[in-house]
Amino acid sequence: MEETMTQPPVTPVAPQATPQGPATVAGFARALKTEEMVISMGPQHPSTHGVLRLELVVDGEVVVDVIPHIGYLHRCFEKHCEHMTNYQQVIPYADRMDYVAAMSNELGYVVAAERLLKITVPERVEYIRVIMAEFSRIVSHLIAIGTYGMDIGAFTPFLYCMRDRERVLDIFEQTCGARLLYNYMWIGGLSHDVPANFAEKVNDFCRYFRPKIRELNDLLSYNKIFIKRTANVGVLPAAVALNYGVSGPVLRGSGVAWDLRKNDPYSVYGKLDFEIPVGKGLKGTVGDCWDRYMVRVHEMEQSVNIIEQAVAKLPPGDIAAAIPKRIRPEAGDIYARTETPKGELGYYIVADGTASPFRVKVKSPCFVNLSALPAMSRGAMIADIVAILGSIDIVLGEVDR
Amino acid sequence: MVTYFRDIWDGLVTVLIGMKVTWRHLFTPAVTIQYPDVKLKLPERARNRLYVNMDDCIGCDQCSAACPVDCITIETIKSTPDVDLGLTSVGTKKRLYVPVFDIDIAKCCYCALCVYPCPTECIKMTDVYEFSEFERENLIYRFATMTPAEADSARTKLATYEKEQAAKKAAAAAAAAKVALPAPRPAPPAGAPASPAQPPPAAPPTPPEQKG
Amino acid sequence: MKELLLDALHNEALVYTLMAFVPLAWVVPFALFAVWWERKISAHMQDRLGPMRTGGWHGWAQTIADILKLIQKEDIIPAAADRKLYILAPYLVFAGSYAAYAAIPFSAAYVGAGINIGLFYVISISSLVVVGLLMAGWASNNKWSLFGAMRSAAQIVSYEVPVALAILAVVMVSGSFDLQEINRQQAGWFWHWFVFQKFPFLFGALLIYFVASLAEVNRTPFDIPEAESELVAGYHTEYGGMRFALLFLSEYANMFAVSAIASTLFFGGWNSPFGEALAGPVWGLFWFLTKGMAFIFVQMWLRWTLPRLRVDQLMYVGWKVLIPFSFVIVLGVGFWVMALR
Repeated sequence: MEETMTQPPVTPVAPQATPQGPATVAGFARALKTEEMVISMGPQHPSTHGVLRLELVVDGEVVVDVIPHIGYLHRCFEKHCEHMTNYQQVIPYADRMDYVAAMSNELGYVVAAERLLKITVPERVEYIRVIMAEFSRIVSHLIAIGTYGMDIGAFTPFLYCMRDRERVLDIFEQTCGARLLYNYMWIGGLSHDVPANFAEKVNDFCRYFRPKIRELNDLLSYNKIFIKRTANVGVLPAAVALNYGVSGPVLRGSGVAWDLRKNDPYSVYGKLDFEIPVGKGLKGTVGDCWDRYMVRVHEMEQSVNIIEQAVAKLPPGDIAAAIPKRIRPEAGDIYARTETPKGELGYYIVADGTASPFRVKVKSPCFVNLSALPAMSRGAMIADIVAILGSIDIVLGEVDR
Repeated sequence: MVTYFRDIWDGLVTVLIGMKVTWRHLFTPAVTIQYPDVKLKLPERARNRLYVNMDDCIGCDQCSAACPVDCITIETIKSTPDVDLGLTSVGTKKRLYVPVFDIDIAKCCYCALCVYPCPTECIKMTDVYEFSEFERENLIYRFATMTPAEADSARTKLATYEKEQAAKKAAAAAAAAKVALPAPRPAPPAGAPASPAQPPPAAPPTPPEQKG
Repeated sequence: MKELLLDALHNEALVYTLMAFVPLAWVVPFALFAVWWERKISAHMQDRLGPMRTGGWHGWAQTIADILKLIQKEDIIPAAADRKLYILAPYLVFAGSYAAYAAIPFSAAYVGAGINIGLFYVISISSLVVVGLLMAGWASNNKWSLFGAMRSAAQIVSYEVPVALAILAVVMVSGSFDLQEINRQQAGWFWHWFVFQKFPFLFGALLIYFVASLAEVNRTPFDIPEAESELVAGYHTEYGGMRFALLFLSEYANMFAVSAIASTLFFGGWNSPFGEALAGPVWGLFWFLTKGMAFIFVQMWLRWTLPRLRVDQLMYVGWKVLIPFSFVIVLGVGFWVMALR
């Protein structure tokens, strides 16, 4: 870990006001003041969010500025897309961006590609996609909650979340054969239809899972120590959140009721009945870490509702009917966005009339949410940085692509 | 003042509630299974190690083209018409030798995109997941069953055949050219002697006996 | 015991030296067992199994295997570290925790040193641990170790006040610092135990003592010094191999020492809960160890349930919650005792 030697203040000459840091984050060109110290929370740190380097500028215990350095997990997703022989081959790569909630990435891509090709898919496909996307939301939030508890020091909820996650992964494995990275949603349909006893398994899971959320609330969410660590910490006011363009639970935690499933519906979300949880500052201020965390817990409950409705309404049909034999869209471009567990995931696809995409650009929600980290952490203590970072819930695979 | 006491009370109560949760879990059975003594049964659709049934492979290269990470390497040699490579299990006639069918399973991303386009369903994802190796070279799976000697002989055979075909074509073209040579002159008036009939081109030599 | 050995060996110095090793016969196996037990408890609380293979039945030999591994590790001392202090620090930490065992009565027949200010001795000698921690942090020549060690020292020193005050309440009721005497006063059925006396004051004193002792032994929710792996790894960053094992042995020794004090002061120590039934010197040892293990279990239970307090919140709890309540308890007990006189 790098650190600069602090020089003992000789005399308090021309007392500089406690440095707040410049409005723009220009880490390279900053002049280090003698009272401040630069610490690196290096690319590998035990709060497992991935390889992220946070450069902290601290004044004693108080953080003056945080500069995230990313790119350690850049795998050239967008460049790969240009060299795929067809549009379907992009999907295994899209899985691997936010590897924790792979179904959501796939859904975003196929929604964009189908809009580009002007295909409509059978309703059965839409319902199954919604079920899978909501499972992916549950799975992603379970990891977010579990690892957040671990960052705060509670080791047990992580194991409970993993246990519940395994049951969802079992359902995924029975449907498409893979547990983590699926290649399940194809342009025009799905790779497999759901197995025979799918509805029964899904309902079993929903019945099993609701009490587990209550147990999680008992153990972690309403625990006084947890609340003390997360309430009033890392407050992100709604106006600042909107200015940074954050989305997902980070935005809703700040009190802004914006969810693409309601505000810009895609697939069959318009036909399903669910609520959007919003942070209300119940335990502290609106937009603090606890609010963001609780939005995720409530979203898991809502996802269970959505899944139960979708499975009940699942119409019969052929899932392969609309899969095109050759995908060769006309030249043009499209931007389509979906609500992933992390926020608004956007795909901008540029087609040039050939079988392979000319350009696929991904607007990553984690990338944007991470950019708001400095705004949330100025004035916090070093021990709070971990709490704030965990509450944003980033996956470096998506930040770096 | 009230918040002070309320905080302490909340602290005590929530700690006790948490302790109750963990106490209860002491007595619930563990969800861990003792791998490798106990192994879970994978579902039917499980996607793990690839397997190719070479008897059914017609060398169409579809799987190799579909792979997003280019982990399948296929080389084919056309067979000559006198050779009968047999039928696949779905009844397709095989026309290509496949001397090289390598899958670098270390590169494979288990997307199963190679499985769908195969016309004979010879490439499959199995439920084998315990296939780690000490040497990375051992992770290149070579499915082809032809020895290099067989491959070479097939290549030479093909080369010979093609040379003969080319020679035949050249001879036929020359013969055709000879027949066609008087064409530029205007058609002779009726009654003029017809050009002598050309003898039919010699039958192509029978190819040598196919060595087993 | 001392008399037996004196009769046999006729050499006072030798006898005293041998007696100093007697609690070690408990502490070392206990530490080996406690590490395994903690892994098993944490596993079952988390719906897992814990160690299962080492040694066969539920991995009972896991800690032994770990110790064997640690013994084989290369002894690395950072080049710029203060060698003498670096080597001395773990021993000092261990000495601080182990010295407390001298005055703790394991049974009616055994107490290492039956001094009449036993309790006072225990509290003061265990403060030596702080010196060892600071030494470890300083000698590592690592700014973050020092930082972590200073925080840990601040934590331990702050929480000594509520510990002392809670103990003061018990001393006021019992009238003696001698731990054997305190044990004798709790003879009889379990309602004679001090935790049920002067209700609710001594019960409150137990709670305060227990919570403060969690901070003394760096257990969750007060484990900032250890789990400071949010940013650094605390005072034992630079320690590896057997030195690290010694630091961990001292932590478990300390855990049992504070549990032993809690069970002695509040739960009757080596007294049987059933009065005369199941009592006696050997039974006394059994009851004492059982009560100590029960407190250890509660400490482990809390560790796997609760998140960690931030360092300023930790200081708040120590100074602004535990100390005012302990003052109230001391006042209450004082008035009660005076009224009875």
